[in-house]
Amino acid sequence: MEKESTIEVDSFIKELISSESMDQTKTIEILQLVQQKYGYISREIVTSISRHLRKPEIEIMGIATFYEQFRFNKPGDHTIKVCEGTACHVKGGAAIGQVLERELGIGPGETTDDGIFGLDRVACLGCCALAPVIVVDENAYGYCTPANIRDILNSYREED
Amino acid sequence: MDFDNIRQKALAVWDNLKHSTIPVIYFGAASCGRAAGIMEVKETARQVLTKLNIEAELIDVGCLGPCYYEPLVYIQKPGAQPICYSNVSSKKIEGLLRSYLEGGDANEALAIGVLGDKGIGNIPPLFEHPDMKRQKRIVMKNCGIIDPTNLDHYIARDGYSALKTIITMEPGEVIDEVSRSGLRGRGGAGFPAGRKWDSCRNSPGEPKYVVCNADEGDPGAFMDRSILEGDPHAVIEGMIIAAYSVGATKGYIYVRAEYPLAVEHLNHAIAITRARGILGNNILGTDFCFDLEIFQGAGAFVCGESTALVLSIEGKRGMPKPLPRPRTTQKGILDKPTLLNNVKTFAYVPQIINNGAQWFANIGTKKSAGTAVFALTGKIAKGGLIEVPMGTHLREIIFDIGGGIPDDKKFKAVQTGGPSGGCIPAQFLDTPVDYEELAKLDSIMGSGGMVILDEDSCMVDIAKFFTNFTQAESCGKCTPCREGTQVMLEKLTDITKGTGKLEDIGILEDLGEVIIDSSICGLGQSAPNPVLTTIKYFRDEYEAHIKEKRCAAKVCKELFHYVIDKETCIGCGLCAKNCPIDVISGEKKQPYKIDNDKCIKCGICYSVCPKKVLAVTKVDSYVSGEGGDE
Repeated sequence: MEKESTIEVDSFIKELISSESMDQTKTIEILQLVQQKYGYISREIVTSISRHLRKPEIEIMGIATFYEQFRFNKPGDHTIKVCEGTACHVKGGAAIGQVLERELGIGPGETTDDGIFGLDRVACLGCCALAPVIVVDENAYGYCTPANIRDILNSYREED
Repeated sequence: MDFDNIRQKALAVWDNLKHSTIPVIYFGAASCGRAAGIMEVKETARQVLTKLNIEAELIDVGCLGPCYYEPLVYIQKPGAQPICYSNVSSKKIEGLLRSYLEGGDANEALAIGVLGDKGIGNIPPLFEHPDMKRQKRIVMKNCGIIDPTNLDHYIARDGYSALKTIITMEPGEVIDEVSRSGLRGRGGAGFPAGRKWDSCRNSPGEPKYVVCNADEGDPGAFMDRSILEGDPHAVIEGMIIAAYSVGATKGYIYVRAEYPLAVEHLNHAIAITRARGILGNNILGTDFCFDLEIFQGAGAFVCGESTALVLSIEGKRGMPKPLPRPRTTQKGILDKPTLLNNVKTFAYVPQIINNGAQWFANIGTKKSAGTAVFALTGKIAKGGLIEVPMGTHLREIIFDIGGGIPDDKKFKAVQTGGPSGGCIPAQFLDTPVDYEELAKLDSIMGSGGMVILDEDSCMVDIAKFFTNFTQAESCGKCTPCREGTQVMLEKLTDITKGTGKLEDIGILEDLGEVIIDSSICGLGQSAPNPVLTTIKYFRDEYEAHIKEKRCAAKVCKELFHYVIDKETCIGCGLCAKNCPIDVISGEKKQPYKIDNDKCIKCGICYSVCPKKVLAVTKVDSYVSGEGGDE
């Protein structure tokens, strides 16, 4: 992160913690709000939260890495979530995940070099009747097959 | 405004809606409906209505349950009850609106039922539909019926009447009523709710907390999400009643952050009840004060465990505390007495108060009162959310309500209880479903996930899938769970790759017992269940993987490969065109061939081969046959 943005991030976090009178019991909520704004938890963010919350960095990292929701890489323009729930699994969800990883050349939690796509695996999206399911941004795609994954990706590539 | 006035007003609102002078169109807009495209359908409907110059009211409702019918739309014409239409795409909605609202033709072929007590033409009442009439909707009473963001709708259907009733009762009397109903915790373990409430009430310490566990992390389960989205007030009312009974002043709803619509509806419901004096200070004009806050879980399955959930609410890593430790009802959040129940447990309470404990106790079995909600998924014709009396047989759930297995495939097993549960094979299909009966089969009730497996499902793969999940979700605090699940996963992976040894089965069994006996929390204590039950009932599949290196269901990638059948291939070239690594070669109109040395078994050729042709087949790699090159 560049210097100016680091200062901006720091003042956002300072403001968040003081204005909402957040204490250490709100660490998870703070991480959620910061990730919501910046898309991921960077080193600078951890340092800044640590300073303003008066809590060691290692504890902040300990909490952030414990929970699945937090990511530590810059997300892509489009976030793809592959459902790994049971229903999706028995209907071939694993193959969908593998095709996506190969098509994009990245693993879960990573972002493509061109910054267009980020890939995440999620435990269950709760729309099991449409299995296997992937979600791109806010759009759910049901009944996915290894073959139609490319079309879905292309529809986002063309958009950009 | 006192509650009677609030209720009178709500009844008028509901009555006006049901007897509206303009058409009312309801859209099944829970997250499942949205994934199926309902919001597009709604937008098209809006445009069509403008074009037809018809003034109508459009209302979003929650999920009715039958996911296989989505997107669901109900159309209510003035003077008639709403007709429910299934699989309404954006293309279909225009025709439906035109013919019914303009012409008066109710489109009987597309309708599944009338939302009401009388049929219209040949369309029967919805709840007499064969899939629906075997069900008993208690906790799902309002789901898909009311607008979850409209408090008046909830109140008009007896909402908050139970709160009004109990607020003049002694707290102990309320707990007695809950105890007498036989209500057991719906999170999975089935602990009697009344006893838990009593324990919290009798524990010293102020303030006390009431927490709703809505951290539905089971892969393959979405019951709680549906209720939170479709009827959030039922959960909130149950929580207020619980708070009154145990003497709590503060509550949390611990909900998964992956459920944004549930969070939105809950936030809305909390704000509106607070504004109407139903939540917050001086509830319904009494001295009783109780307020609620939403805590968004950040994604950790182990936080379903009470001590872990409490730590998470305190902003820490959710790692369960080992025994001996005080119960959460004695020392929970900030070491204060905390009552923790599941979404459905709370949602039952208002109706138990309204209809009486005996009414609830009479439903279901002697030891497991009431109904059970299941998310029916996997290889099932009519997947979705169902609610049946406890004691309903598995066969009835799977075949009569769920419509059996699609594509004429054979039923193999049903998995209940998610990663903590087990696989139940066909010989036990006549088992009545309740806590005790499922435990006898080494499975558990769980919170309600029910995944159907057919002949194309590999049981070793299923065991590996769940172990992979629990291994990843193990918090790492205790050795048996942390290391044990890791070793189990390694052994299972070997077996699915064809490199397992026969003694691995014994190791898995022994290790499973150790993990169950010595893990500190429910995650570890139940993690081996999927492995142990699949070994118990499907040992032959394990042995086939090890001895013959054969996966009968052809799921385990290392044990089969793809072959194009020379006789059936029509040479269309679709497979070659779609192959991501170009290892399929051939000439148009001639049979194509896969280079198996280079094939990565992504399955694309298999899925694109035209349905009428099906020339791409899966062949065992280690058994004689064409291409059996090893």
